[in-house]
Amino acid sequence: MLHIDTWKRALIWLVCVAGLLLALPNAFYSRVEQSNDAYAAIEAQGETPELLAQAEKWPSWMPSSLVNLGLDLRGGAHLLAEVQVEDVYAARMDGLWPEVRNALRDERATVGTFRRIPDAPADQIRLRLSKPEGMARAMELIRGLATPVTSLTGAGATDINVSGQGDVITIALSNQEKLASDARPLRQSLEIIRRRIDEVGTREPTIQRQGSDRILIQVPGVGSAAELKSIIGTTAQLTFNPVVGRGTDPDANPGVGNKVIPSLDEPGTYYTVESAPVVTGEELVDAQPSFDQNGQPAVSFRFNTSGARKFGDYTAQNIGAPFAIVLDDEVISAPVIRSHIPGGSGIITGNFDVEESTNLAVLLRAGALPAKLEFLEERTIGPELGQDSIDAGKVATVVAFAGVLIFMVLSYGMFGFFANIALVLNIAMIFGALSLIGGTLTLPGIAGIVLTVGMAVDANVLIFERIREELKAGRGPAKAIDEGYAKALSAIGGGNIPTFITAVILFAMGSGPVRGFAITLGLGILTSVFTAIYVTRLIIVMWFERRRPKTIEV
Amino acid sequence: MRLKLVPEETSFDFFKKWKLWLGLSGFMILLALTSFGLRGLNFGIDFRGGTTIRTEATQNLDIGVYRDAIAPLGLGDITITEVFDPGFAEDQHVAMIRIEAQADGEALSSEVIAQVQAALDAVAPGIKFISVESVGPKVSGELVQTAVLAVVLAIGAVLVYIWLRFEWQFALGAVIALVHDVILTIGVFSEVQIKFDLAIIAALLTIVGYSLNDTVVVFDRVRENLRRYKQKPLAEVLNMSINETLSRTVMTSLTTLLALISLYVLGGDVIRGFVFAMIWGVVVGTYSSIFVASTILLWLGVKRDWSKPDNTTGNQFANIDA
Repeated sequence: MLHIDTWKRALIWLVCVAGLLLALPNAFYSRVEQSNDAYAAIEAQGETPELLAQAEKWPSWMPSSLVNLGLDLRGGAHLLAEVQVEDVYAARMDGLWPEVRNALRDERATVGTFRRIPDAPADQIRLRLSKPEGMARAMELIRGLATPVTSLTGAGATDINVSGQGDVITIALSNQEKLASDARPLRQSLEIIRRRIDEVGTREPTIQRQGSDRILIQVPGVGSAAELKSIIGTTAQLTFNPVVGRGTDPDANPGVGNKVIPSLDEPGTYYTVESAPVVTGEELVDAQPSFDQNGQPAVSFRFNTSGARKFGDYTAQNIGAPFAIVLDDEVISAPVIRSHIPGGSGIITGNFDVEESTNLAVLLRAGALPAKLEFLEERTIGPELGQDSIDAGKVATVVAFAGVLIFMVLSYGMFGFFANIALVLNIAMIFGALSLIGGTLTLPGIAGIVLTVGMAVDANVLIFERIREELKAGRGPAKAIDEGYAKALSAIGGGNIPTFITAVILFAMGSGPVRGFAITLGLGILTSVFTAIYVTRLIIVMWFERRRPKTIEV
Repeated sequence: MRLKLVPEETSFDFFKKWKLWLGLSGFMILLALTSFGLRGLNFGIDFRGGTTIRTEATQNLDIGVYRDAIAPLGLGDITITEVFDPGFAEDQHVAMIRIEAQADGEALSSEVIAQVQAALDAVAPGIKFISVESVGPKVSGELVQTAVLAVVLAIGAVLVYIWLRFEWQFALGAVIALVHDVILTIGVFSEVQIKFDLAIIAALLTIVGYSLNDTVVVFDRVRENLRRYKQKPLAEVLNMSINETLSRTVMTSLTTLLALISLYVLGGDVIRGFVFAMIWGVVVGTYSSIFVASTILLWLGVKRDWSKPDNTTGNQFANIDA
């Protein structure tokens, strides 16, 4: 009776201590934040005495994860952008047109003259032939331009569908190709946006894909959505520059017509390159991850005609010399030219793995945003409003807390005090768990915590009421406590499961602040059930063992 | 000495006037639906699209002047309301400006917002835009779908849960009580015209959870007592169970309300509507678990023949937490 194994006791206390330790950094929020920032800065740019002093504001052996503050608490900008994939279809069709024209021109004898019909949908080319009897041959020629779709679902299909009616041929992007290629502009846009925002160097930006063609961007600390839009709106500049030299001094004298720029992958390495590029990214038509002749991951790329000529001439004259692939004044890589590259297409080899080559290909294509972004949702929250909300939330939480604590002691005396210890631990554990999983605290999330303060005592109320009933029924103190816990379990579990289900549904369906609320509500249920069932019980048992009271009053 | 809000032994007859309670609930539901039908909900931009701007100025706020300043921009329907909060400073005048969704699918562009700010700055120099939120109609339409889906899913999921835990009569009683709570909450929102946005959906679902929490505790006791007192009439067992759990029901409702009211008063104006929904939900949820859920259970009746083994009750889910 009233026995709890030692290992269980140890485990319960261990969980509580872990929760408290994890929650502790949040009590010193700004200090820990500065320390974390300083560590990140040291990691990125080396130690300085100031940074070190700042880093030591929080002992390194302590947990240092903090609860993220949501945009509504910290202030910042939120954008939901939709990538206009139709733009890409139109560009694809415009790119295909010259090929179609060249193919048909060679067979003018059979197909006659032809003309592209304007006002066709963006994802189609329509053309009219002067000799309808040449339709079959023309369609055969155009079908010859099709390439297989490179995706699992699109296996066996080609990228374009060619159909004819009367003297009009319609070339349309196939649905399989659209499916396969829609992901591409989205990935490129994500990558570009991420790079642009990282450049500005704000803390913890959120850049997420949403659905098939949307991107959610949340950046704390940016003044307004307009500012954020201007950051991601500028186009990326990709250039291919001749390399003059390479070193570690960012302030080296580059010489006339040259500039010193850092390397993207190797921190501390700087390249001196000629300022005038050989070719720019505007002349790149494609870049794809591939493999070189040794089976090493590589990136293949292709220039348009003028780019191909410039690139061909340059490589022919500079075999053995390195040239730099530069994105926004950072060297992505500086391969050595191994041979003359005449066809305007080439392959970049280097020390990459498959993932890196894929990323590089994305970046190379990512010269500019591949499609227009339409902004469906824009939110700017001023930092003052967030701070006001935090302050108000703090006061409300403290008052709610104090009220419930007093109320519990008044109603249940000593047992109410035990429940209060559990309640304090409960809140600490919510913060600890939030920090651990990197959860985000939002304004509704604070409401979720306050609600938890009110509802968490429910489990203990159920138990205490049961103990009262058992005492009334004439059971001894130990037996009454034991039975009280045993009989209340069913109601505690049964009562909390529906709330937990709704928290899960809210988490799955909601976004932003609502999701923050769902997280604190769900965590609050887990921790409150744990503290009510295990912690208060352990405290009561320990108290009971020490005092051995003949009678108890609950 | 203990604070006892509910006497130790109570024997209220909760079903003596059951027709009155059900009638009252029915009447309230009717009122709520009428209000909803006549006035409709004051949907926030999450659901209707549009733009809200929270402004702060040191000058006294004159809504008419603000309206006249913005009107020449031709942005369509504009609503301006003044915001009050005891936490505001003496010279802190806050307004919410709402601009209706524009024709295209996009959010209001930053250029237009800059124009609005310039126009307002002319009448209230130094006016600050504390927050600007703009949602295009394309997204708001989807948010409505998601919200409705979330509420339906939540009610469906808990219905299945209660059905697995108890018999179907209990499940039906619980869900009718739940729908009752949700309808009454929506009714209050349409009557008082508080802004109904995504956060309110979260509050609604929390009400769903809370109301069920209460109902489950009562029903759990009913089930226990049904097993113990096989001969007693159902009405008596129900009454006994509600009386036995009354102290707990009141305690928990009060601690929850205590917490919520402190948040309502001190938590700032941004979250007030959200907290109001939850306070209302706790009150209605407590009422409905006693007067609606149990009354419907009494009305439907429960299978009482426990002598034979029965597969539908006490199944594997019934005591999952014991």
